[in-house]
Amino acid sequence: MTIGYLGFAGAVAAGLLLAGGALAASTLDTVKGRGKVICAASTGTVGFGAPDDKGYWRGLDVETCRAVAVAIFNDRDKAEFVPLSGQQRIPALQTGEIDILPRTLTWTLQRDANGINFTTPNYYEFTGFMVPKSLGVTRVQDMKGAAVCVQTGSTTEVVVADISTEHKLGLKTVVFDSIEATKQALFSGRCDALITDAAALASTRATQAKNPDDYIIFPATPYMDALTPAVRHGDDQWKDIVNWSFQALIAAELFGITQANVDDKLKSPDPRVKRFLGVEPGNGKALGLDDRFAYNIVKQLGNYGEMFERNLGRGSPLKLERGPNALYSQGGLMFPLAFQ
Amino acid sequence: MTIACEPAPPPRPQRPPLWQILFGDAGSAALTIVTLAMLVGLAPALNWAVFDAIWQADTPARCREGGACWAFVAAKLRFIMFGVYPPDEQWRPLVVTGMILVMVLVSLPPRFWGRRLVAAWLVATAAMLALMWGGFAGLRPVTTANWGGLPVTLLLALLSLGLGFPFAVLLALGRRSRAPVSRLLSILTIEVVRGLPLVGLLFVASIMLPLLLPAGWTIDKLGRTLAALTLFAAVYLAEVIRGGLQGVPRGQVEAAQALGIPAWKMIWHIVLPQAIQKVIPPLTNTAIVMVKNTSLVMIVGVFDMLSAGRSAASDPNWPSPYAETYVLVGTVYFAICFGISLYARWLEKRVQEKEYR
Repeated sequence: MTIGYLGFAGAVAAGLLLAGGALAASTLDTVKGRGKVICAASTGTVGFGAPDDKGYWRGLDVETCRAVAVAIFNDRDKAEFVPLSGQQRIPALQTGEIDILPRTLTWTLQRDANGINFTTPNYYEFTGFMVPKSLGVTRVQDMKGAAVCVQTGSTTEVVVADISTEHKLGLKTVVFDSIEATKQALFSGRCDALITDAAALASTRATQAKNPDDYIIFPATPYMDALTPAVRHGDDQWKDIVNWSFQALIAAELFGITQANVDDKLKSPDPRVKRFLGVEPGNGKALGLDDRFAYNIVKQLGNYGEMFERNLGRGSPLKLERGPNALYSQGGLMFPLAFQ
Repeated sequence: MTIACEPAPPPRPQRPPLWQILFGDAGSAALTIVTLAMLVGLAPALNWAVFDAIWQADTPARCREGGACWAFVAAKLRFIMFGVYPPDEQWRPLVVTGMILVMVLVSLPPRFWGRRLVAAWLVATAAMLALMWGGFAGLRPVTTANWGGLPVTLLLALLSLGLGFPFAVLLALGRRSRAPVSRLLSILTIEVVRGLPLVGLLFVASIMLPLLLPAGWTIDKLGRTLAALTLFAAVYLAEVIRGGLQGVPRGQVEAAQALGIPAWKMIWHIVLPQAIQKVIPPLTNTAIVMVKNTSLVMIVGVFDMLSAGRSAASDPNWPSPYAETYVLVGTVYFAICFGISLYARWLEKRVQEKEYR
């Protein structure tokens, strides 16, 4: 039922994308005038963006947004979060309701071409299926006629349709609006399989299943998705600021700069570290920011590794492995560009 | 000597013995057995909710075994009730919730109904919104993106009904008017909106409306959601009011016309009061439906009580306490709706008494 409306809304939205277009003032000026950055958040995707018991927003995507707030205002709390559903998030970005869209959004050609720009991926993921072992299913080809729990407005909807066509499986989708609802549906037997990010599946199995051994996980496709914060078309300076605010987090990890040692690193003789931390000026000014923006980000949020462990890894209940999200030097896909 | 002769009291109706009520004939016996079986079947639920329940937990892990995890509800109650509203400022939504309750209680007895009550509501609503927004007298400004929980549920229900009502009266009058333009416009609005499900309307308001506005213009997300709910409430209320208008005897209008009373005075003082009085029970019914409809705003990312509850339940530290959360949220909704329905029954009785007089 909802899908019909989505399709309709989507078609009209697509038709209007070009009309949306440029805003009068530059985003940086708007943000500075307002005194805060406004980012999209979900209504609760644990580890990426969810309010804690006190209503304070936490998560990898949330901190990606806070990094931009630090770069501009040197204050991680000068960020505001607007909870948006999967279907609302892109129109909200295009209409200027939000400044940045860091909300587990997969970088796809259609999205990129139709009105938004992607910055740097802040999380790489595989898509996988989780299935109760009792069904005796171990690979995609065995899934004939299975009911699959899917989150609406996500790329997994397309993945399920593609797999179903490719292997002639006749998969039935059971659609929910949040990832938590899909998990509940699997555990209560409402559907045979759950499709989402494989790392999230592993943590769901570990923390939420009554008996973790009752479920198996296998990859749905051989492809990897890049979850990437997005910005509006037509403001290159803003795209650069968001991009390099996140780059600073990865670069800091590669340089071995942490929240704890960032002050000591100011005295580092390495010219690259000096340029990075703004001891040698130039980088910040070029972006229209304070020269010490990277120092401020690490000082307030730590580096990417610290951020990952805090929200998704060992410091969190999810206990995810770094996997493809490790630095390239450790076999992952994260690599910083040159800060010069 | 006279003998006082009191009439004997009428014989008290004999209550049949209990076993006869329960097992008197085949039908009652079957019903009794089925009911007993259902009660026995509910025992595990009772076990889950009371005996095996965990009322206090030092660590969330304790909730992994056993029944209902009420400790979770206790830990998250603040979040479910007030959402992402800044914790230090949560006395403000608390005061707003209290204000709404007080205003509703004051509005209950029909003898208070009048212009002063409407004025009081306007002032109170402005005060509530101002208190939620802040930004004056040292109150921290809190944007609507951070509003959440019970106050949002209550404000959405109240404002959509309150703002919808005047539109509903206009639409109902328009639909019955002889002027073709206003009649057609009213019919078109009512039928189109009634033909759309609320979910569709919310999607249009929250996703398509901003795209249709000129670049750089944004309407607050909560405002757009409220607009959709108001429109929806207005057309349903309009149909109810139209029923009342049809129930006002033709003679009332003719008498007013014969006396030369101007049309708008006739409608305001003669037709509408009678029409609305006739439809109070169905109006309260619409109110109940709208209170429950507000929970649909969850799908457009508004943090009402239900979505705050779901967000709280998604905390992986706790072993997915969805059932407990839904029980809590369901109880609050039930309390609100059952309250309205009790009130409606009482009002209905009063209205009937009035008609007999």
